[in-house]
Order: sequence, then C-alpha cells, then structure tokens
Amino acid sequence: MTDTSANGIDQNLVVHLGKLARLELTDVEVEHYTLQLEQILGAIASISEVAAADIPPTSHPIPLENVYREDIAIPGLLHEDFVPGAPSFEDDRFRVPRILGESA
Amino acid sequence: MNDLIRQSAATLAGAIARKEVSSEEVTRAHLDRISQVDERVHAFLYVDPEASIARAREVDQQIAKGELSSPLAGVPIALKDLVATKGVPTTCGSRILSGWRPPYSATIVNKLHAAGVVSLGKTNMDEFAMGSSTEHSGYGPTHNPWDLDRIPGGSGGGSAAAIASFEAPLAIGTDTGGSIRQPAAVTGTVGVKPTYGGVSRYGIVALASSLDQAGPCARDVMDTAILHSVIAGHDPRDSTSINAPVPDFVAAALSADIRGMKVGVIKELQGEGFQPGVLQRFKQSLEILTELGAEIVEVSCPHFQYALGAYYLILPSEASSNLARFDGMRFGIRVDDGNDRSVEQVMSATREEGFGAEVKRRIMLGTYALSSGYYDAYYGQAQRIRTLITRDFEAAFTEVDVLVSPTSPTTAFKIGEKLDDPLAMYLNDIATIPVNLAGNCAMSLPIGLAPEDGLPVGLQIIAPAMADSLLYRVGSALESALVDRWGGLLISEAPSL
Repeated sequence: MTDTSANGIDQNLVVHLGKLARLELTDVEVEHYTLQLEQILGAIASISEVAAADIPPTSHPIPLENVYREDIAIPGLLHEDFVPGAPSFEDDRFRVPRILGESA
Repeated sequence: MNDLIRQSAATLAGAIARKEVSSEEVTRAHLDRISQVDERVHAFLYVDPEASIARAREVDQQIAKGELSSPLAGVPIALKDLVATKGVPTTCGSRILSGWRPPYSATIVNKLHAAGVVSLGKTNMDEFAMGSSTEHSGYGPTHNPWDLDRIPGGSGGGSAAAIASFEAPLAIGTDTGGSIRQPAAVTGTVGVKPTYGGVSRYGIVALASSLDQAGPCARDVMDTAILHSVIAGHDPRDSTSINAPVPDFVAAALSADIRGMKVGVIKELQGEGFQPGVLQRFKQSLEILTELGAEIVEVSCPHFQYALGAYYLILPSEASSNLARFDGMRFGIRVDDGNDRSVEQVMSATREEGFGAEVKRRIMLGTYALSSGYYDAYYGQAQRIRTLITRDFEAAFTEVDVLVSPTSPTTAFKIGEKLDDPLAMYLNDIATIPVNLAGNCAMSLPIGLAPEDGLPVGLQIIAPAMADSLLYRVGSALESALVDRWGGLLISEAPSL
C-alpha cells in the first residue's frame, strides 16, 4: 500500500531517501517514517501560505565572509592522535571497506 | 563553609580564593552528591572522580602560588556531552560515537581550563541535541529532580538536571532551538543562549551550524553572567565567531536597574497552547517588572507563527548534511564489516544501528527538504521566512528594549508522554526557536511554580544581537524581586532527593 500524498511522500520515496541518507531502514521503519514525514510536512505546510517570493533568503544569522590569517605554521594533530579513534586502523591509517568494483 | 553543594559558583569561587575552602573539598562534595543521587537523576554520562580530584588539586596549588586569578578558579562544572574534551569520552548522547575519545578539546574547554574551572564530567542529552526531553539519548533518559517521573527538558536535560539536583553549580549547554532555555525553564534554573557568534563553536559537535550556540547554565543569574564572561570572546578557529570586545556581563547583572526600560510582550507567544499556570506566573512577572519601573508594551511579531515550520526544515537540512560525517570510518562504531561488504553497505548498516529514531527522522526530513524538486518549496521558502522573522525582531526592537514570553508553553511533562508524537514534542520549542533563526540572544529564568502541578515555570527575556548585557540587567532585577518574595531561590523548594 503506497498512497502518494500531496508532498510526494510514499514508501518508495522513503526507501529512496534512506538510500540517499545511507540508512538501511527496516520495513517497519519505512512504514513508520512514511506516516510521520507526511504528518510533519503536513503540519508545516502553512509556510507556503506566506507570499515571500520577493524576500531574500537568510542562510545564516550573520554575514559570512572569508576569514584569512597569517600563513604561520602551527602544530596540528598527529596521526597517532586521531587514528586510534577510528573503528578500524592499520599502522597509522584508517582501514575502510572496499570502495571500488566487486570483490575479487 | 557548610553545605558546599548548595552554594552559588560566585560564593564558592570567593571562598576558594580566600582559601577558606579548597577546590578539592568543593569538587569532592559534588562528586559525593553525584554518587548519591545520579543513579536516580541520570544527569551524567561520564564521571571520572580521580581525574576531577587531580585537577582540583592542581588548581589549588596554582591558587596557593598566586598563579591563578579568575572569577571561577576552583569551581566545578558539568559539560554537555557534545563538547569535545581531549581524551574524555564524547558521545553526543549517541551510540554511534560510543567509545570515541576526541583528540582535541573545544575552545571553551580550553578557556575553562585556563580559568581553573574543574570538570566533573559529561552530561546526558538528546542524541546529537535533537529533542526537547532528553528521552532521545542513546543511553536512557535523564529525570527531572522536581519529579523523577518527568522530563528535564532537552536537549540539554543532563546539564539542567545536574544543576537542579546540586550535582554541579555550573554547566555548559548548547542551544539550537531552545536546548539551554527550555531545560532551564522546566528545572527551575537559569540558562542563557548568547548572541550567535558570541561563544566559539570550535570543538562543539555541530547539529545545525547556523543555529547552534553554546552558553551558560546555573542556578542564578549572576553565575550565568560570570560563566558567560569566561567562555565568551573571539576565536580565530571559528570563522563565525564575532570579533568584538566582550561586554561586562557581571556589571550588567550587578546594575539590575530597569527603570524606564521598555519591555515588549510578544502577542503571538501567549494564549492558545500555553498552560494556564504558565500564563498566570508570566502575568505576575509582568506586574513585577512594572513595579521595578519598566514599561510593558504589547508588540506583534506576525511571522512567528511560521517559525516552527521554517525551523523544522532548516534544522534537518543542516543536520542531515552535518551528520553525514558519522559513517563508521573515522570515529565511533562500525557495523557489519566484512570482506564482501561495500563501503556503502557498511556505512548504511552502521548509521542504521548507531542512530536513534529521532535522528533518523530528521536526517530523512532534511534529505527530503534538500532534494531536487522540493528544495525551493521547502528549504528555500524556510530561508525566506527566516528573513521575515529577523525583520519582525528588528521592528519590535525599534519600539522596545527587550522582549519577554513564557520560555516553554508547559511545565515538565511525564517521561514517555510525547515520545511517539514528534509534532507534540516539537511544539515545546515554539517560543524559543525564533531567537535561533534570527541569531540574537535570550535568557530563561525561573518565575515560580505553576499552581496546577507545582512545577517550575520559566520566563524568557530576548534582546537584540550583541546586547546580551540587557538580559543580565533585566534578569537580575526580576530575580532579586522574586527572591525577596520567596525568601530564597526557587530551586531551594525542590525535593531534596
């Protein structure tokens, strides 16, 4: 059962969002989130009532500008500081699953 | 000095400076209290008594040698668990970061260290600061010291509960939509959300970068002013940090003179949805402000009714992007790792297992709001409403000096009551969210108990950006009038646990 609501939320979309967000959702979760996302989006739909086409968007409360500093070397983190925080590492490197192609 | 845990941070700092009591004694008293009551309150996720005592001894030695003169030297503090502390577990209330020890400390941690403030540990929170009850912690909820069956607010419920249960005189919180102010309101404590950029965000794990702000939590206004001055100031490591001198918050709290000041009551933040006892205490506070010489004016902020909608698009959008870094590769846990598994599979399995329900809900919502086809209708429109809300504040502040409202529409609700109803949970933040969207500053302070349930009610004071001093002037004036009536702070009415 996948009814599509006004905001396009149905189970297929929720599964797709899960893929985009790298979340391996269970069937129960998909059902749950389909309902909840629709409820939440329905409740906040009133924002579309505001005629704001000519209003500039605000992405940040203060004007953002590039901040430069003097090019002076300062001590940074060493491999041995952060590598042990990783779930898997070898020597002084992060060990990660394969990122290309099928397994050999 | 008797009853060390019931003293204010200012009193403790004075006694330590005069060597009437040592930082070690003060720290031990709080650690004892934690071991007595925290099993029931669950304000802390991590406590390392030996490390805290060792640090207190070090501070005592520095004070003895005259090497340390800060307004908080030797005073203990509790840190919300999303503040990175070198070598100390920092989980953000999430299973995905269990076991992670950051390789560096947040700027505010370094500032507190330099000021001789002693850390007691890390406090519980809704996972990645998403929530208004601390029930969304991956490590179990925190309980409100006023009634252990009730929530302490969120996301910084651990910090607020630690202070309210006298486990710590001070705490650090962070406020993205009310996570300092709402917990303060429902626990009868004081919390301040500084102006955006007023306190460095470096080393504070990001929820929504354009909204997040760290700030002080304490039992009285003066203590928040002192803590705020210690953590405030420009940080070259945070490009959004304001490069301007820090105002004298302590002098502002001391002056407490509000004669002739114009106080605006926000028309849209009262009435429907607000508990009668909350409104009753709010109205009494307005009478007190009038007696103190302020003029009360009603102002309208017509776009505030859309703030919640805009916030629940902007926040999930930024959060879904910020939380992409938790992928099981560089920190925390990794799930389902094996030779035949691709990196995408491992990431998806790790995030599925490591994140809780609310975090996943908001990641999905943000992913949706930012996806092509919906971007302009949702995220784009939310950003334009953000502009209109900022303009509402600007217009209001041409008429009045500060604005006031109830901090939270209700007192503390029962644990479990709203857990399965995300929308009902989101409504807790209706009065606090506009401030984060605009980037200005606000304080919540206790104004009494709601007659119907005997639970604390908070009043929110809102000031323009960079005018944080006004919060301390008004807050301390109102607080001293209330303390005169009550014969002490409201928190002294709390059950002894």
